[in-house]
Amino acid sequence: MSGKKNTGGRLYTYLIMLFLYAPILVLIVFSFNGINSRTVWQGFTLKWYGELFADRGILSSFYTTISVSVLSAAIATVAGTLTSVGLFNMRRRWRAPLLYINNIPLINADIITGVAMCLLFVSLGSVLKFRLGFGTLLIAHITFNIPYVVLSVMPKLRQLDENLVDAAQDLGCTWFRAFRRVIIPEILPGVVNGAMIAFTMSIDDFVISYFTAGSGVMTLSMKVFSMTRKRVSPKINALSSLMFAAVLLMLLAINIREIRQERVAKNKARPLSGIPARSGRGAK
Amino acid sequence: MKRRSLAVPYVFWMAGFIVAPIALIVVYAFTAKSGGFTMANFSAMGKYFSVFSRSFALALIATVVCLAMGYPAAGMLARVPARRQRILMMLLMLPMWMNFLLRTYAWMSILEETGLLNRLLGVFGISPVHLINTQAAVVIGMVYNFLPFMILPVYSVIVKIDRSLIEAAQDLGGSPRAVFLRVTLPLSLPGVLSGITMVFVPAVSTFVISQLLGGGKDILLGDLIEMQFLGQAYNPNLGSAIALVMMVVVMIFMFFMNKFGEGEDKAVIM
Repeated sequence: MSGKKNTGGRLYTYLIMLFLYAPILVLIVFSFNGINSRTVWQGFTLKWYGELFADRGILSSFYTTISVSVLSAAIATVAGTLTSVGLFNMRRRWRAPLLYINNIPLINADIITGVAMCLLFVSLGSVLKFRLGFGTLLIAHITFNIPYVVLSVMPKLRQLDENLVDAAQDLGCTWFRAFRRVIIPEILPGVVNGAMIAFTMSIDDFVISYFTAGSGVMTLSMKVFSMTRKRVSPKINALSSLMFAAVLLMLLAINIREIRQERVAKNKARPLSGIPARSGRGAK
Repeated sequence: MKRRSLAVPYVFWMAGFIVAPIALIVVYAFTAKSGGFTMANFSAMGKYFSVFSRSFALALIATVVCLAMGYPAAGMLARVPARRQRILMMLLMLPMWMNFLLRTYAWMSILEETGLLNRLLGVFGISPVHLINTQAAVVIGMVYNFLPFMILPVYSVIVKIDRSLIEAAQDLGGSPRAVFLRVTLPLSLPGVLSGITMVFVPAVSTFVISQLLGGGKDILLGDLIEMQFLGQAYNPNLGSAIALVMMVVVMIFMFFMNKFGEGEDKAVIM
C-alpha cells in the first residue's frame, strides 16, 4: 500500500515541477526559434543570442540590475549585521518595537513600499533638487534588503554563547577584535544566508524598482515590462536562458560544496563521538 | 558585548525610509490635490468597489488553490529522503531566481488563443479554450508565481514535526485521517498561516499579472494604484488613499489570521 502511495506522491511532485518549469522551458526553447514568434516554431538559430549582445538597451538594463543588486546586497549585509549586533544588545523594551518596524517592508505589499518611497523621493527631490534615478533605486533596495539580513542574523546571535565573547575580552581582546574573531565566525552562516536572500530579492524585484527608479534608469524587469506593452523580442528569451543557466550552475556549485563540507564535517566529528550530536537528523 | 550604538544608524534609516514614507501615504490620503485636509479621496473610492471586491476575490481564489496544491506537495517533500529533499528544494527555488516578469511573460505565449496550450489541445482534437485576458488567466498567473511561497513555509514546519507524535497517534489506533486532522494539520498550522499571507498579500496587490495575463480589462487594486502614481490618471492623493485602505484591510486580515493561530508558534516569515 505504501508503495502505491509513493508512486502517487512522486507523480504529483513531477506534476508540480512540470507546472513550475513549463514556462521556463518555453522561454528557453523559443530563444532558439528561427522566426520572431513566441508560439510558432521555425527552425533552429542562435541569432537572438548574437543580437542580444548588440542590444545596448537590454545590456544596460542588465548592468543596472546587477549593479544595484550587488551593491544593495553588500551594503545591506554589512549594515544589517552590525545593526543586528546592536539590536541584540538592546533591552527587549527597545528591541521589540524596532524589530517590528524592521519587519514592515517584509509584511507590506511591494506596491505599498514602492509608492510610499516614490512619494518620499518625489517630495524630497522637489525640495533638495534631485531627480529619481540610480541613487533612489539603490536606497530603496538597501531599505528592503536590510530586514532580510537582520532576520537571518538575529537567530544566529541568539545561539551564540555570550561567554565566548566575554572570554575573548578577558583574555585581552578589544571588542572589535572579539567581534571579528569570535562573533563573525559564529554568525557567518546567518550572514551569508542573509546576503543571498538580499541579492535574490533585489534581482527579482520589479515593483519597488518601478516606482523608485524614475524614468532615466531601467532595471531588466522594467525593460521587460516596457517591452510587453508592445512586442517582446526573442532576445529577451535568449537573455533569460543565459540567466537560467547561470543560476542553475551557481546553485549546483553551492549544493556540491555544501555536500562536501558536510562530509568533511562528519569525518571530523567522528573522533569526538563521545559528545552527543545535537540534531537527530543524519544519525540513523 | 555591549555595543548598542551599532543599531543607531539603522534606527535613523528606518525613520527616514520606512516610517516617513508610510506617514507620507497617510498625509497624502487626507490631502486634496490643491492642498488642505479632505476626506474626498475616500468618498471618491466608492466607485472602485468592484475593483476592491474583484482583487480580494481573485487573490482569495489564488490563495485557496495554492494551499490545495501546495500543502500536499509540502507534505510529500518532507517525507522523501534527505538527499533527494535537498535536490527537490533546489528545484523549487530555482524558478524564483528567474525574473518574475519573464516567467509571467512566458505564460502569455502558453495561454494565447493560438498559444502552446491550445496547440497541444488541438493535437488531441480538443477545441481551443479561451484563457488569455480572462480572470482565469490572472489566477493561473498568481498561482504560478506564488505557489513556492506556500510550499516553502509549510514544508519547513512539517519537516520539523516530531515523527514520534505521529507514530504515537498511529499506535493509539488513529486512522490516517484522524492522525492528519488531529496531529499533522494542527502542528503545521503556523506554516499554513504564513503561507497564506505570503501568497495573499502579493496576489491582492499585483498589477503585473493582471496587465500581462488579464489584458488590463478587469483592473485590480494594484493597477488602480499604479495608474494614480505613474499612469495617465495621475492623482497621488487618491492613489495614497487607495493604498492606505488596502494596507489597513490587509492588516486586519493578518490580525485575524494570527488570532486564528494563537497558541501556536507565531507565523514564520521565511
